[in-house]
Amino acid sequence: MSSILFIPLLPLIGFLINGLSFPKLSNPVAGIIGTIPPLAAFALSLQLFLQFDGNTQIVPLLDWISVGELSIPIAFQIDQLSLLMLLIITGVGTLIHVYSSAYMSHDEGFGKFFAFLNLFVFFMLLLVMGSGFVTLFIGWEGVGLCSYLLIGFWNKKNSYGDAARKAFIMNRIGDLGFLIGIFLLFQEFGTATYQEVFEAIKAGNGSNLGLIAFCLFIGAMGKSAQIPLFTWLPDAMAGPTPVSALIHAATMVTAGIYMVIRANVLFEMSPEVLHFVGWIGLATALLGAAIGLFQNDIKKVLAYSTVSQLGYMFMGLGASAYTASFFHVMTHAFFKALLFLGAGSVIHAMSDEQDIRKMGGLKSQLPITYITFLLGTIAIAGIPPFAGFFSKDEILAHLYHHDIVMWALAIVGSALTSFYMFRVFIVTFHGDFRGTQHQADHLHESPIAMTLPLIVLAVLSVIGGIINLPAFVGGNEFLAHWLNPILPEGSHEALEVHFASLEFLAPLAAAFIPAIFAIQLYGSKKAVPAADAEISGIQKIIYDKFYIDEAYNFLFVKPIQFLSQFFYSFIDFLIIDLLVESTGKFVKSSSNELRKLQSGNIGFYIFMMVAAIAIILAWTLKSWIF
Amino acid sequence: MTLPILSLIICIPLLAALVLASGKLKGYAQQISLGASLIQIGLLIKLALGYQTSTATFQWVEQHDWIHFSLGSLGQFVAKYHLGIDGLSFGLIILTGIISSIAIWNSDSIKEKTSSYFALIMLLNASLMGCFLAKDFLLFYLFFEFMLLPMYFLIGIWGGPRKEYASIKFFIYTLAGSLFILLALLALGTSYIDPYETALAIDFIQPGQAFSAENAQMIQTAIANGEIASDKWVHSFDAAVFADLKNCYYKSILHPDSAWVLGNLSAREWAFWLLFIGFGIKLPIVPFHTWLPDAHVEAPTPVSVLLAGVLLKIGAYGWLRFTLPFFPKEALEFSNILSGIGAISIIYGAFNALAMTDLKKLVAYSSISHMGFVLLGIASFTAEGWQGAIFQLISHGVLSSLLFLLVGVIYDRTHDRSIQNYSGLAQIMPAYTFITGLAFFASLGLPGFSGFIGEFFSLMGSFNSQHSSAIWAILGGLGIILGAGYFLWTFQKMFLGKQYLKNSEWLLSDLTRKEKLSLYFLGISSLLLGIFPSIIFNLTDNWVSHLINQLF
Repeated sequence: MSSILFIPLLPLIGFLINGLSFPKLSNPVAGIIGTIPPLAAFALSLQLFLQFDGNTQIVPLLDWISVGELSIPIAFQIDQLSLLMLLIITGVGTLIHVYSSAYMSHDEGFGKFFAFLNLFVFFMLLLVMGSGFVTLFIGWEGVGLCSYLLIGFWNKKNSYGDAARKAFIMNRIGDLGFLIGIFLLFQEFGTATYQEVFEAIKAGNGSNLGLIAFCLFIGAMGKSAQIPLFTWLPDAMAGPTPVSALIHAATMVTAGIYMVIRANVLFEMSPEVLHFVGWIGLATALLGAAIGLFQNDIKKVLAYSTVSQLGYMFMGLGASAYTASFFHVMTHAFFKALLFLGAGSVIHAMSDEQDIRKMGGLKSQLPITYITFLLGTIAIAGIPPFAGFFSKDEILAHLYHHDIVMWALAIVGSALTSFYMFRVFIVTFHGDFRGTQHQADHLHESPIAMTLPLIVLAVLSVIGGIINLPAFVGGNEFLAHWLNPILPEGSHEALEVHFASLEFLAPLAAAFIPAIFAIQLYGSKKAVPAADAEISGIQKIIYDKFYIDEAYNFLFVKPIQFLSQFFYSFIDFLIIDLLVESTGKFVKSSSNELRKLQSGNIGFYIFMMVAAIAIILAWTLKSWIF
Repeated sequence: MTLPILSLIICIPLLAALVLASGKLKGYAQQISLGASLIQIGLLIKLALGYQTSTATFQWVEQHDWIHFSLGSLGQFVAKYHLGIDGLSFGLIILTGIISSIAIWNSDSIKEKTSSYFALIMLLNASLMGCFLAKDFLLFYLFFEFMLLPMYFLIGIWGGPRKEYASIKFFIYTLAGSLFILLALLALGTSYIDPYETALAIDFIQPGQAFSAENAQMIQTAIANGEIASDKWVHSFDAAVFADLKNCYYKSILHPDSAWVLGNLSAREWAFWLLFIGFGIKLPIVPFHTWLPDAHVEAPTPVSVLLAGVLLKIGAYGWLRFTLPFFPKEALEFSNILSGIGAISIIYGAFNALAMTDLKKLVAYSSISHMGFVLLGIASFTAEGWQGAIFQLISHGVLSSLLFLLVGVIYDRTHDRSIQNYSGLAQIMPAYTFITGLAFFASLGLPGFSGFIGEFFSLMGSFNSQHSSAIWAILGGLGIILGAGYFLWTFQKMFLGKQYLKNSEWLLSDLTRKEKLSLYFLGISSLLLGIFPSIIFNLTDNWVSHLINQLF
């Protein structure tokens, strides 16, 4: 049990050391102190994984809060789901720490960066290891904090600060929904511990389950960037590229999917909410893919692609295909981290240029980046036998049986994905170099600390599919068997797939045809995306992201600013203060008048006294006479 | 005889004030008051060591006869010097002790009339302590009223450019609140009869003799049947007497059967609202809040710290200690309205904070917003909500002190608090940026800090309450989002971005060691309370369940 405690504790210690001693430590020392914790946590997680006997293990930590009849313990839950998440977080996390040690080496905030990364890993581990919704929520908000700190890491630039703030506030909107979900859980079950809640639901207790699931899903919409709370994620690319890879692609943004899988007992009881989840996922997948079509910032394309891929995962959840969705979480962690790190390598070589129109022909100078990026592109496009093909195909297969319309639309999204990924790939690495002479002189392949993680992730992106290789190609469906104990009964039924069917061929066509088209357009014809001013028509609307940010600004930000000014300048200042002050003025002026009575003239006083006695007498006499 | 520790806690600052007022030790004013404050903390530690968390009853009780006068046929009035601490007050007196020392520690910027300044701070400390320690309502009222005096002078003499306006506004608002409370106090005093004192007066028992519940009931019945002459009735101001409806004379105005009605409200309902608003002005609740931003803006930093850190808490303390136990049915009847006022305070304060350009005013409006959670929690009439409300009081005491000290840091250096006049401070003042960031995230309710616990439980209590609508909790929850909005906006504006100072001659040095000490202390306290909230919940748990059982 002690080794379990060390998994989150090590990154926390790393954070404290680097955080407290920054900037006194030299960069290599800070890098080592920062990298060892996730590596050691990975080793411990791997050991746990290999020794796991199939029984859920609860490690009580402390009796955190005990108020009246309410008790909220903090404990860790080690089971099939959390173990896999541990491996992803610490595994991909370690690679990204190694990568960062080279990528950030010229940055003056090096030690601080590693401290924040470690803190992120700590909260992410807390999120997946917690044995109840409250612990999950603590981790959930904690990763939000780290996301804020890391997006705004280069905070001298104001727009980066804007992006960080937007991410935090948008997540907070989702978090309020999540919080209400937790309140409802306490109301219904008196607890928010997974096992107790799910046992109670299985026993048929509790009402309002649909509402609870819906509220929790609002939280997932924020954290996993689904419509309507997705606009923060593309902006979050302001952060250093390793951050985009770790937080905004591989781990944090999949927390929403983790949560739904974790609470599958609850979500299964509310089919209408699952339905909603599926359609939100579909809409997000299509919107993200559409916007991704014409973006020219290499990181923006990947960001919208992440939004879109997260949509696929939610689509899978909507069809109760939990294994398939989690499969995609894993493969996506590999290939999307790879693509981001590859993009980072390109940006590094291009002296911080991110616009693909100013790149081109990088394949000769950056051979390792080129090949690994190509492998990542093939994987995400869904071309067999790469990892992305199997996971996406499994989601599609479930959709086909769940809702044929969703399936067809998902195929469209898949085609868009393939197109924009090959577009980015070709425009960046093929054709002629379009950058400045200065950039051309400095083009170089990245150091080993950066290429090694690329190679490892590329290998995983190629062979990652074996984790859940379907039976019809001779696989043993390891992931499905592994996750089976925590999933609803009957959710693991092998789908029969015929090689010659539409169901099998359509996704393949959607992967290959747009890829060939993009290669034709940007490769053979050497077309270069148009300059900003030349973009027009529908393409401009898409390029400008359907003006969603502007709409939000108009619908929410402006009215809130107006209201706050109105409350302060009008209600507070004019109405309330005017009332208060006029009360004061009334007292003052009336006492000014009354003061005149105190003239100091004794004769006047005596006169008033006699007059008063006369009035009192008259009053008494009145009641006496009548 | 044991040491009268509670009396000492009140007397030591009074003594220090006397010494300071005599003006003989002029150069050492700060040291004397800090010393007195530390002695007080020593006494608090002694209390803490002997404090029993397992009981809800008062501990370290001290009781002496104080005022006794006869009103002929109207009976007799007794007010007692009656002190004690329990789960509600204990956390608050510790907070008062600590925040007072921190305020004194950070009073370096006060250069004029230092002995009077520190004497007034000591008077303020004594009256604050008195408020939290008094068991007798009249005694409480006395301390409550007395508090006004040092505060008025502290703002009016050492305040900023509009100090006269601010201090008068503070004075008038508070006086109005006090009048409301006085009215309720008089109604209570005349309507309730103390069975124990009456028993003494008619020689039913002898002083020192035990007085059982049956005895009390006998006396109550005898009064109701007219067997005891009215000139023998003894009216007291003991809070415990007012908390028992059986002590209410059946012909009195406050009796539930009384036919007295004014504008659809019975006398009890009126008395409830008088107490509620009287204390609400202190908290403050919207729309009785406009004194607070002005008072804060004009008050010197340490006075702001005391005002936000401790003084505001007396409003909520008055509700929990007096208003709810005295008028439980009425409070319950209006719980939905009270929750609404709480939610509006949260939202309204937050919206106003968003509009602020003055950093100190922003913090002041955020205080209003955070105090709204307290009302929301109290109005829920659930154990969680009350626990959350009390927790929020302590948490806000720590965090608002921290925030006001942070404002003071920048004000001391530049005498300018306009948010737009600064940018990129992170590059000049890294330590200051760090602790401000921590304070902001703690205040916006990030888990791990105390603010989260207070808001979480207040909101949960309100959401799950059977007495008030869940809408109010959801509206209050919006305050969390708005809170993130104004804190992060301010942080970005002042600390991030390109370095810019309106006046290039400003010399902005990072925190001194002296500043760091109190800032880090408060920051770490908030973190500790956030990670180990049981520190407070263990104190309040019994008290809250006791009150819940008493009311329902």
